[in-house]
Amino acid sequence: MSIFYHFGRYLLFLRSMFSRPEKTKVYVKRLFAEMVAIGIGSLPIVILISIFQGAVTTVQTAYQLITPMIAKSTIGIIVSDSTMLELAPTITSLVLAGKIGSHIASEIGTMRINEEIDALEVMGINSAAFLGLPKILAGIIMVPILVIISIFLSEAGGIAAGHFSGALSASEFIQGARSTFKLFTLQFSLIKAFTFGFIITSISCFHGFFTKGGAIEVGESSTKAVVYSSIMILVADYILAQILLV
Amino acid sequence: MIVLKDVWKSFEEKVVLQDISTVFETGKINLVIGASGHGKSVLMRSMVGLIDIDKGSISYDNRELDFENYDQTREIRRDIGMLFQGAALFNSLSVQDNVEFPLKMFTTLTKEERLERINFCLKHVNLENANRKFPAELSGGMRKRVGIARAIALDIKYLFCDEPNSGLDPITSRVIDNLIKDITEEFNITTIINTHDMKTVFDIGDNIVFIYNGLKWWEGSKNDVKTSNNTELQNFLNASYLI
Repeated sequence: MSIFYHFGRYLLFLRSMFSRPEKTKVYVKRLFAEMVAIGIGSLPIVILISIFQGAVTTVQTAYQLITPMIAKSTIGIIVSDSTMLELAPTITSLVLAGKIGSHIASEIGTMRINEEIDALEVMGINSAAFLGLPKILAGIIMVPILVIISIFLSEAGGIAAGHFSGALSASEFIQGARSTFKLFTLQFSLIKAFTFGFIITSISCFHGFFTKGGAIEVGESSTKAVVYSSIMILVADYILAQILLV
Repeated sequence: MIVLKDVWKSFEEKVVLQDISTVFETGKINLVIGASGHGKSVLMRSMVGLIDIDKGSISYDNRELDFENYDQTREIRRDIGMLFQGAALFNSLSVQDNVEFPLKMFTTLTKEERLERINFCLKHVNLENANRKFPAELSGGMRKRVGIARAIALDIKYLFCDEPNSGLDPITSRVIDNLIKDITEEFNITTIINTHDMKTVFDIGDNIVFIYNGLKWWEGSKNDVKTSNNTELQNFLNASYLI
């Protein structure tokens, strides 16, 4: 029953965000600030994991396909498709769940225990909307952008690793990647990124918003935000694949 | 004027407020006193709509606080200023930005007009040169004063103060008390203060409500407090070593 109770509370929390904003201009400013925090703030870690992700996938794929029966460009096909379909959206989102999710939950949780959220409510401000909505919109906008960057950098990492390891040349990699490219693969990747962006930010806001107690509970909320976001990313990953690919 | 009629609140099996009825009049400082855990804070949080009540009604100048109607509750709250026990300043914002926050959200004032209002409010609480400081750089008393400045930034009708003197030295406590008294008189607002501090009661209290075990146990003026033969009230006063 507990899972239904919390899911119901989560839905009510989301519903409570959709009311007329007190001042649209302030919300828009907050949206841009959150976009910078989520997007620019996460760029270094996304760059780092993407390059290594592409490089490792290339080297490991090459290791498994050392046979003259298979063209070297096949490595490019496998790396490119697996990057777009799974690695860039899912791995990037799991990393972002750790980085953004814990930050959002601890920020809002600290505001809760310091009575800052109560202060907003007493002023007549919809605190759920004021704190949550800009973060969720920023997540929905910025995570797909970060995933696009991740795809490009993974491919670049793959090309570089293929070249330096001698597994395949850049032209072979690109030839393979282009040979089976389908626009839908990229669209599917962005649909996943959009969904994961929503999951990370909304679940983290929810856990932060309902923090009770003190510093230890803020830490617990932060941990819960990361764990539940990660689980829901994996569940949504499977559901989307089942619905859109099968 | 705030009217409470038969207010009840319980948390699961524990009844925290029982049949509380009282009137907090405009232009007066109304003090809610009582020992910790007897329902003062729950009463105040219920009055500002942070906690739903189970039964009864709370009216602000004939506008009833409807816990089912969030938009209506928000409208009433825009007439409310509240000083929280820990001041509840926004830690990421400077003093100026804290006071400016409600002005930005609810007024169409220009930047210059807002600054003028901010300086007016900060001057009222004797913090003229603290605009650029952050809450972490302020003492407890200064934080409370910024909290008051933020509460009065808009033209409020009701001021709620939850234990405004907790954690403050006696001199700073008197400063805060006098500020609240001056603001109540100058702006003719309805002020409600939760406190344990009997000095506050005798210095600035107009109407005193004593809460005991979730019940309104006694109500009267500060002059009646000392002469009351209510045992629990006298025990509470004696414990404060003031009389």
